This record gives sequence, structure tokens and C-alpha cells, in this order.
Amino acid sequence: MTYGPHTAEDRAQMLRAIGVDSVDDLFADIPASLRSSGLDLPAPEAEVDLAARLSELAACNRVDLMSFLGAGAYRHFTPPVVDQLLLRSEFYTAYTPYQPEISQGTLQTIYEYQSLMAELTGMDVVSASHYDGATATAEAALMTCRATHRERVLVSRGVHPHYRQTICTYFAGASLVADDIPLVADGPDAGTTDLAALERLLADTDHPVAGVVVANPNFLGLLEPMAEIGRLTHAAGALFVSVVEPVSLAVLASPGEYGADIAAGDGQPLGIPLAYGGPYLGILACREALVRGIPGRLVGMTADIDGKRAFVMTLRAREQDIRRDKASSNICTNQALCALAAAIYLGALGPHGLRDVAALGAARASELETALAAAGAPRIHPGPYLNEFAVRVPDAAAVHSRLIGRGILAGVPLARLLPDEPTLADGLLVCATEVTTQAEIAAFAAALGDELAGSGRGATKQRGADR
Amino acid sequence: MTVADRLGPTIFERSRPGRGGGKVPHPPKDALSRIPAGNLREAAPRLPEVSEPELTRHYVNLSQLNYSVDTGFYPLGSCTMKYNPKINEWAARLNGFAALHPLAPDEASQGTLQLLWELEEALAEIGGMKAVTLQPAAGAQGELTGILMIRAYHRSRGETDRTEVLVPDSAHGTNPATASMAGFKTITIPSAPDGGVDVDAFRAALGPRTAAIMITNPSTLGLFEARLCELLDAVHEVGALAYMDGANLNAIMGRFKPGEAGFDVMHINVHKTFSTPHGGGGPGAGPVGVGEKLLPFLPSPRVLRASDGSFRLEGAAERPTSIGRVRAFVGNTGVLVRAYAYIRAHGGTGLCEVSDDAVLAANYLKVRVAEVLDVPFTRPCMHEFVASSATLKAETGIRTLDVAKRLIDYGFHPPTIYFPLTVDEALLIEPTETESLETLDAFVEALRRIVVEAHSDPELLHSAPHSSPVRRLDETMAARQPNLRWRAMTGVQMPCPD
Repeated sequence: MTYGPHTAEDRAQMLRAIGVDSVDDLFADIPASLRSSGLDLPAPEAEVDLAARLSELAACNRVDLMSFLGAGAYRHFTPPVVDQLLLRSEFYTAYTPYQPEISQGTLQTIYEYQSLMAELTGMDVVSASHYDGATATAEAALMTCRATHRERVLVSRGVHPHYRQTICTYFAGASLVADDIPLVADGPDAGTTDLAALERLLADTDHPVAGVVVANPNFLGLLEPMAEIGRLTHAAGALFVSVVEPVSLAVLASPGEYGADIAAGDGQPLGIPLAYGGPYLGILACREALVRGIPGRLVGMTADIDGKRAFVMTLRAREQDIRRDKASSNICTNQALCALAAAIYLGALGPHGLRDVAALGAARASELETALAAAGAPRIHPGPYLNEFAVRVPDAAAVHSRLIGRGILAGVPLARLLPDEPTLADGLLVCATEVTTQAEIAAFAAALGDELAGSGRGATKQRGADR
Repeated sequence: MTVADRLGPTIFERSRPGRGGGKVPHPPKDALSRIPAGNLREAAPRLPEVSEPELTRHYVNLSQLNYSVDTGFYPLGSCTMKYNPKINEWAARLNGFAALHPLAPDEASQGTLQLLWELEEALAEIGGMKAVTLQPAAGAQGELTGILMIRAYHRSRGETDRTEVLVPDSAHGTNPATASMAGFKTITIPSAPDGGVDVDAFRAALGPRTAAIMITNPSTLGLFEARLCELLDAVHEVGALAYMDGANLNAIMGRFKPGEAGFDVMHINVHKTFSTPHGGGGPGAGPVGVGEKLLPFLPSPRVLRASDGSFRLEGAAERPTSIGRVRAFVGNTGVLVRAYAYIRAHGGTGLCEVSDDAVLAANYLKVRVAEVLDVPFTRPCMHEFVASSATLKAETGIRTLDVAKRLIDYGFHPPTIYFPLTVDEALLIEPTETESLETLDAFVEALRRIVVEAHSDPELLHSAPHSSPVRRLDETMAARQPNLRWRAMTGVQMPCPD
């Protein structure tokens, strides 16, 4: 067997010790009518062939394209020290630190992750991780219902559509209500959460609101009036959930500063590879007052019997293996290794490095905005943004598709992710980060200019040749 | 220097203003000038400033405080701590996989889509299921996905009064917690004296209000449910569905296919059976297989293969019966690449051998452990078994906790303890197929010496472990006065350089 140690003699010795003739005898409890014989799967593959197969599959992915994709997952430079340290197999081949005496490495790194994320978010308590931004946001929404004993949350349509859909899935199960808060349609605040609508929704006293969920920057890249939203939310006795992108928190006001009660988001931008959607890192943080309602593991500092400082999983009475059907969530396995990646990344960058990453992304995004506008694709919304924004491109989906033939992934066609926002049907959501180069921006703008000038049709024919 | 001396300061205590840097260039001074001041942060986050060499030593030294599969034997029952092949790690880091954006168009993602599609097919074959979703991020989320599909199924038939989920008392805590999250009431059914599900008790509890049963098979006692046929028949007779917790799939590959046997839905923990690393608590992945009845309700999007052999993601509104998304994007793809590599490396025959060797090793270890501790269930076990320190406790006052802590001094990770809840002073022991005979024998010898010590020097065990980086912890203090984050930074932070 590929990774097994047993020789034929080892197996024979074990069978003798057990007192059976064959391993088949050990499966005698399986009723005869339910037994199956073998698996209809390909033959075992030697590592040399498997490596070739995997390399070939990986090579079929077009990671060579110049990418302006963001929309919830962001390309960043990860210092090589991050992955080198993640490869310490004492970290990645351990499990949940149930035995703290021999898990201090994992426990201290989680405690430090909690502390780092508390600094970034301005919150007091950070869970040791959730699956991703969507599930962390859904858990945050559920937290507001448990804390207020109310059954309805309001979710801005500026929250990532996948997060909103995940909230719906989780809420359907719990028979709770998640209502949309619309976005402002036009004017200077276009694309941000509609405060007048929020006030109306909060005023419905027959259906009191447990929590209000708003993202900053929002899905369209725009900065939201978070402080004002927080005031309206609290005036209605509801809790305020802020959905954040962690790199942005180096420069943008933190949830703690503008009065959020809970912060949720995805930690992927902190040194975690894009990897087609996961594994990422669900960030969930809250104020002290909500600590006994936060789902997921928490690590605390304590001492051992000799008085030596040590760390341990704590406040475990919230968890499924203790409370079973009364637990705050069913979460068990989390994303601890991704939390470790984020912690190492933050250590490698430091406060100034992280600020540089965020500000450099903003600078590149300004250049991208100027270049695309000159090419005929102006921004759709006038409000401030950090490093991601939507542009209007006639026949966006077709142009997007033709630009792939020119080696460019021109962001995300908004019609794909927001099919129910007709005003954004010709929008492309584009993003720049510190790894976006000025040459890439120039190439994107030139190709887009060509396409919009009508000379792009010829390029379509080249698409096959690129593969 | 002993390993305990590596217990070091936190990363915050290592911080000195002005250290670190050089990773990314400084942005232009006016980079943020277009953003209104009210949107900007007032106080910079107090993140540590450390040099790369210090950062490296910090984490390498911390890593050495951990026990791990690559360090030694980790017989943590129900967690399947098998060896994690290194080619898996290599594969997941191939740039083509690692750098692919989740919203890259299908035409740019064919390699990953093909891998995911092939993995779904392989898992469907292993589980005897009609189809598999790879979306759930962990076993518990797989459970939630499965139970939400069951809910959608009953609702599609107008049976909204099916509000109960039956769960045996030996189940993982995630089962009842999942049922609650999905809006169901959990009815706990006591186990039969032989450790199996009490079919008669189940029969009595089944009725028009039953939405589903959730069964772990093999059970958390490591036993195959002998009366499974009767149970599944009874469940289906009342119109309920059968969920199988696939946490223990490592025992039965090629021998038993839950879907063919009549289970309607099952999750699979790829970080158990398919060798993806546990990561200190995650990430894992929890694919879910379904039979015909639940096919329409699978989460969206699915990975589809077109008639021309190309692959694509299902569109947003393509299948209105879907329960929707359970997370963003497609799934923990990086984890799934590892599982795929493992399945291809073993092939069908290799996976059967994995289960055979896992069961063989567990039965061998059970016979050997019975020489020194109680083993309450004597019939052949599957991939794990329950031992108990009940007799030892009666004779010496030494509890399972003490035995577990003393095992640390002998260089072993303790088994899962005090689970399942149905066995007094339980130790749930799962050796997996990747441990050598010498390791298994050495583990038994350690237990034997501990039992001797329990009689001769019980205090040694009460105060164990003695050789670990730290000793037993004050968990009461941790819970009473929770200290969940570092608050004091060393030194004053330098202003941002421009």
C-alpha cells in the first residue's frame, strides 16, 4: 500500500494475535445483503505519474492571464516566509489542541491571531476562525438573533451576493428572516446602502430587527457611511454587523471605531492563496458583551500548575461537543492553519507594511480608474472607494469574454453576480492591488480601448491559439 | 535546552519599533488623499514590528511545542490521524491550482474544474451515492448541508410537520447541534447494551413527525451497526430519510457503500479518510453525497460536464430546487486537490487496502490493549475501538484523564477521552493504517507501564504530564477571567515612514 507500513508478515502476525484467518472475518458484522465488493475506480498511480497528471491539470488553468479580479478574493504578494513556516508539519499535521500540554504551539499562535485580528478590527473577542467570509457573516447574523431574541436581520445589498445567499441558506434552516436593504440608485451616494430605506425597515415595530449587516468597502468597492448606519441600528435596539476586508483595515476606519458590535469577513487577503475559493479564513469578532454568544473556538491565556504562562481553549460551554443541541453553532473543524497564515503574514508585513499594501493598492486603483475612463469605461458610481470599483462598458459580458483572448481577465461582469440589479448589467467590477503593475494597467486600457473602438473583433479568433 | 525552554514571548513582546519592512514598496504620498478623512482610520492598528529572522524563530520554536502526526503516534479516536502524504502538499501549491481566482471564467479554470468533477465521481463511487457536492467546508457544514436538503425534500412534498431528527446518544456532538441549526428538534435515542443503535427504541420514536435519523456507521464505538437493514427499512417506512455521518468512512471503503445500502445522504471528512492534513483544527472539507431523492436539492453551484468534454459551473438560477449556497465560491479547493491526489495514488484497490489495514490494526491493538485495560465491546471492531479505565479507577483511583496525561510522558498523543459519552471512563483509540506494528506494540507497552504505575505510584499519574512543555493547566482561571487577546504592546510605535 502506498503509505502503509505493513509487510505480509506484519499482517499475518496481527491476524494470529486477533485469532482470525483473514481480514474478511473482521467485517462479519456487515450484513451479507449490504456488502459490496471493491471500488470501481482507476488503478493506483505511482507518484511519478501522479505528479505528471497533477502538473498537467494545473497547467490547464489560465493563471497566466493579467487579472483585475477581486469581488471577495484578492491577489496579493505573500512573502515566502509565510508558506515556508506553514510547511512546519508540527503545525499542519496536528489537530485541534484538545491536549494543551502538547499543543502550546497551535494554542499560542491562535491566541496571537485573535489578538492581531482584534487590533485590526477594533473588537475585543475574535473566534479562532470560521470557514470563510460568507459563513462568518451568516454566523454573525445568527448571533444577533440569539443576543436580541429577535428573528429578523437586515442585510445591505452591498454585501457580497455569495454572503447574502449563504445567510439565506442558514436562515431558512433556522426559520429566521433576512430582508434586503436596497442600494441608493443614483446621485452622489449611488451604490451605497440606502439610509432612508434602512430607517423605514427599522421602523417596522411589528418585526423588530435583531441585526443590520453592511459591508465596508461594499461589494461594489464603495465606502459606506458606517458610523451613521451604526447610529440608526443602535437606535432601533439592533446590533450592527460590519463585513470587512482585513487589508483595508490598515487604513480604513475599524469596526470598533465606528461602533460595530460584530465584525465578520474573509481573511484570504492576509497571505492565503486564491486556490479557486478556498480554504480561506472566516473572521468573526465581537465586543466583550457578546463573548458568551460567539460561536467557534476561543483560546485564552492561563497558567499551568507550576505557574508558567500557557494557553488553552476556553469558554467551551458554547460548543457542540459539550452543549450538543444547545450549542451556539455546530462548528467543529475550523480554518486554524489559515489563521496561522494570516498571523505570520501580519508579522511579516508589520503595521507599516500592511498600510503600504493597502495604500499602494489604492494608488494603483486610481491609475486604473484614470486609464479605463480614458479608454471609454468610466466609473459607474461617484462615491469614494479604496481599491475596487465598477465601470460601465457597453456589452460588458461580450467585451469581458473577448478580452480573455487578449490575455486579460477584465474583472467580474456584474450581471453574473448581481443578475437582479438591472442598472449594473453593463458593469465590470475591477480591482487593483499592490501586485497590479502599471504595465498591466496600460495593457488593459489599450485592449479595452481597442474593443470599444470596434477593432476588437479580430482578436476573438486568437483565443483558441492561446490555450 | 529542553523543549520547554522554547516557550517564548508572544509576537507582541518581541516587537521593537522600526524592525521589519522591505516586503512591498512605499506608495506615493497622496495614495489615500482622494478618500475622505472620515473614512480613514484614526489610530494605526498596533501590530508587532519584527524582523524576518525573529519571526521565523518565533514560529519554528512554537511549532516545536506541538505534538503532530509527523512527530509520533496520534491515536485520537474518531479523528483518523493518518499520515499526510507530502505529494498532496506539493500538488496544492502548484501555481496553476494555488493562483486560480474563484471567479475566473470557466474557460480559464478547466484544470481545477476537471479535478473537482473527477473527485465528485470518485467520492460518489466510494459512497455508493448518485452525486456529490464538494462545497461544504468541513464535516459539520456537510451535516448542515445534508439536513437542510432533507428539510427541503420534505417541504417539497408539503410535509412541513416533520420537525424531529432522531440521533443516538453515542453520536458526535455535531449531529444534535446541526439538527438544531437546521430548525429541527433532536430526539436522543439511548444505545442498546451491545453498543449498537437500539432498533426497537428507534422504531418507537419514529413517526409522522420524523424528518430523519442521523447515524454514524461504523458507530462512535467503532462498531458496525449490525441491525442496519431493519433500521433503514423502518425509517423509510414512515417516510423519513436516513443521514449517515461519514466520519468513520476509513473503515469501510470497498466493503460497504452507504448509498447502496439505503442511506439517503452522507458527508465525508476528507481530512480524515482522504489524508488531507488537520492543520491544527482545520481547514478540512466535508463533501456530501446524496441518493436520488435529494439530488434536486444539492447546493449550488455544481460542477457540470458538457457533452464536448469541457467543464463548467452551474449558473446561479439554473436549478431553483437547490437549497442555495452554504458558503462563498466553490469549496475548499486547495484541500480537495490533496484528497484527489490521495485517491489517485491509491486507486480502487489501494483504498480497499487502506480500510482493511485500518480495521486490522484496530483489532490487533484492541486485543493487545485488552491485556491491560477494560475493553467493553469484544466483537470485532472496525477502524477504532473503545477501552475504559473503569476497573483501574475502581482499584486505584486513577482516571482516564490521568492515563491520557501520562501517555504524553511516554511520547504518545492520548486517544480521545470521555467520548463516546455512553462508556464510563472511555478512551476511543484509532490507530489508522499508517502506523507500524512496532509503534502499536510500543503504545501497548506504555499503557502496561502506566497501569503498573497506577498501583505503585498513583501520584505520578495524578500530576502527569511531567515531560511536556507545560503541565496541566488552570482551565478554571482561563474561563473565569477570560484573557482572549494581548493588549500591551512593547515600545511605542514609530510613525509611518514615507
